[in-house]
Amino acid sequence: MTTSVVNRSSRAERIREGVELGASPAIATLVVAVSFGVAARPTLGAAGAIVMSAVIFGGSAQFAAVAVLAAGGGTVTAVAAGVLAHARYGPMGMAMAPWMGGSALRRALLSQSLVDPSWALARRGGGFDPAIMFGASVIAYPAWVLGTAAGVAVGGFIGDSHATGLDAVFPAFFLALLVRGDLARGSRAVAAAAAGGALALITIPLVPTGVPVVIACAAAVIGVTR
Amino acid sequence: VTATWTTIAALAVAAAIIRALGPALVGGRRMPPPVLALTEMLGPAVLAALVVTQTFSGSDRQLVLDARSVGVAAALVLLVFRARMLFVLLAAAVVTALVRAVA
Repeated sequence: MTTSVVNRSSRAERIREGVELGASPAIATLVVAVSFGVAARPTLGAAGAIVMSAVIFGGSAQFAAVAVLAAGGGTVTAVAAGVLAHARYGPMGMAMAPWMGGSALRRALLSQSLVDPSWALARRGGGFDPAIMFGASVIAYPAWVLGTAAGVAVGGFIGDSHATGLDAVFPAFFLALLVRGDLARGSRAVAAAAAGGALALITIPLVPTGVPVVIACAAAVIGVTR
Repeated sequence: VTATWTTIAALAVAAAIIRALGPALVGGRRMPPPVLALTEMLGPAVLAALVVTQTFSGSDRQLVLDARSVGVAAALVLLVFRARMLFVLLAAAVVTALVRAVA
């Protein structure tokens, strides 16, 4: 009885910790969302852009699909591009699966809060804390949807959102997690990072957007070699 | 117009399934040590790939070296000198914007 109360309160605390950790990437998410709203409105319309952000919550998939539609491509091609850009969430979901409890339905629902920054923040030691991921996405989701709405609204007034330099925030954020966290955990992690980065770099010119990160997942086999 | 909404609906379903696949099918189960070692190393591999793709990807599968790489390099230097996270992120944005303004 006591244990369950302690667990419950600690889960609330971990969700709150996730919200706090997620605050700085959420600012970057907001800016990317504004640029998505600006970019998507001419193709999807105002309602289409906002609804897309609300029901997909995945920048790379959304940008990829809109790029195809904007270029005159059809539905099938657009969805395929979006799926490829989103595909890394398959293996990333596998990585967190062993650490998720509850029914299959609960795990499936909780997995909908999977986005890159929240997933990256939620890794703990060799494990994973879904409560942290959920907390970080509690702040990332409104940032994504409201940012899209803001971008749709201000549309024409912003010329080039890239002039701000905020597109460098996400790579800097992932680099910080890598340098501060993973690389300190031994030569195997360093090797996996080096191999993953190299695979991504080599494949950028060869495959569609998003796929290099999926290919880089192969670098994780370093974990089972010795 | 129909193509737009069909795309949004289909991609929303596909995106949700991709996210849920692992957690729904193998979630909550004990994994043998080799599988855990594999998923553990997925972290650094994915993070490095995200850094690389978001720093060096241009439009249309191009590899580019632009202002972003200077901003990310500045972030790396600050990380080595143990600067605070928020400062690191801010510096990446400011340095990138400055390089763009100068170029």
